[in-house]
Amino acid sequence: MKYKSVFDIIGPIMIGPSSSHTAGAARIGRVARSLFGRQPKWAHISFYGSFAQTYKGHGTDVAIVGGLLDFDTFDERIKSSLDIARQEGMEIVFYEEDAVPTHPNTARVRIGDEQGELELVGISIGGGKIEITELNGFELKLSGHHPAILVVHNDRYGTIASVANVLAKYAINIGHMEVSRKEKGKEALMTIEVDQPIDPAVIEELSQLPHIIQVTKIVE
Amino acid sequence: MFRNVAELVQLAESQNIKIAEVMIRQEIEITGKSREEIFSQMDRNLQVMEQAVMKGLAGVSSYSGLTGGDAVLLQNYIKQGRFLSGETILDAVSKAVATNEVNAAMGTICATPTAGSAGVVPGTLFAVKEKLHPTREEMIEYLFTAGAFGFVVANNASISGAAGGCQAEVGSATGMAAAALVEMAGGTPSQAAEAMAIALKNMLGLVCDPVAGLVEVPCVKRNAMGAANAMVAADMALAGIKSRIPCDEVIDAMYRIGETMPTALKETAQGGLAATPTGRALAAKIFGVPTNHRE
Repeated sequence: MKYKSVFDIIGPIMIGPSSSHTAGAARIGRVARSLFGRQPKWAHISFYGSFAQTYKGHGTDVAIVGGLLDFDTFDERIKSSLDIARQEGMEIVFYEEDAVPTHPNTARVRIGDEQGELELVGISIGGGKIEITELNGFELKLSGHHPAILVVHNDRYGTIASVANVLAKYAINIGHMEVSRKEKGKEALMTIEVDQPIDPAVIEELSQLPHIIQVTKIVE
Repeated sequence: MFRNVAELVQLAESQNIKIAEVMIRQEIEITGKSREEIFSQMDRNLQVMEQAVMKGLAGVSSYSGLTGGDAVLLQNYIKQGRFLSGETILDAVSKAVATNEVNAAMGTICATPTAGSAGVVPGTLFAVKEKLHPTREEMIEYLFTAGAFGFVVANNASISGAAGGCQAEVGSATGMAAAALVEMAGGTPSQAAEAMAIALKNMLGLVCDPVAGLVEVPCVKRNAMGAANAMVAADMALAGIKSRIPCDEVIDAMYRIGETMPTALKETAQGGLAATPTGRALAAKIFGVPTNHRE
């Protein structure tokens, strides 16, 4: 079941006018920001499908940039996010793509600064609920509704077990987990949604494990 | 966990509890939160709804200028006392319009189930409040009842205009409101399901065709009629009228209609009212500047 809570239906509290095109877009931007770990210096945002056709009318552009600025769906500053981003020196380009996406409300967000870049694809599935379907070329399924840990690692046996062991040690229960790789034996990504809050010590310990490249946590 | 309306009704009737209570117990189980936490979270949603209605009734205008002020016109008309339909129904319509006018003006609202359909559930609630005089707790329960039916639609069909057309948004909201109205008025869980079925049946096929892609025309008036539809469907169910097609099958029909609906009529602003001469002219007037288009 895609929707698990009554507050997915009655809620969120948000700035209008559209739960999918405004609140959902803000959440996609905010997940990108959270994964990047800091405010990016530039953002290239591509809209597909219904997003491409109607983003101006729905404020999808201001909402997604609001998310990149770490604003929540009900933050009044969303309305002036483009001005705020400009004042803070963030360069933003929007693209309307013609390609037909799998889901009508799709956005591809590329953000970065002098230290790094990040690219993700988010879909807004209705009522403000979103999923992240792609991250830095990896396919994944991330609802953004639970604390989650993303682990970039080398595709070697035992790596998944070692990560699971650390989580068990901290009494963290895994609600949903996926592994994807670009090619056998190369770089791979674990997406782990958990039920408990994630202590920084957990991330630190995971980072020290063999074959681990990068560990990021996302908190709703 | 209930997966469809039949199971929801069965859970309520076998334990002799309200639909709202089934939803509350499930939420406690899924989230591990306490009843108090869940109630206070829903109370915050109710507060936002109330503030949006008040703001809309005081009069707002959107940035495009396409919508705003109709809730005020209707309230003034009601006060004159010469209306044809009825005071409560027009009050519901006016309060639904108020909410969506605030939404269109980028004000703060609570999505129920979406922002574009945010007017129907609070519009009907704050209108019947004047008639049934519910406690605060009963008003919060109204939202849980509406949420329970919306939960089934969201999981078995869709609540997204881009995926299923307006029937998935205002249609769902209308069914949710009709069911919640029945429960607040003292009807049975079965009657609530009948009301949802009757209301949603009359929203089937409704396309999402926003002029200029804005959640304004025809969204605000679709919420108005959604509120009116919900009130009548609730009265019909309370009168003992049943839907010949069971509620779950109506929801399934809505899903299948949405699947076959052309993309031009699913929140792309390419068909329907958006593609009328006036719709196109308004779009050109609002967004005169060519955009950064990429092949």
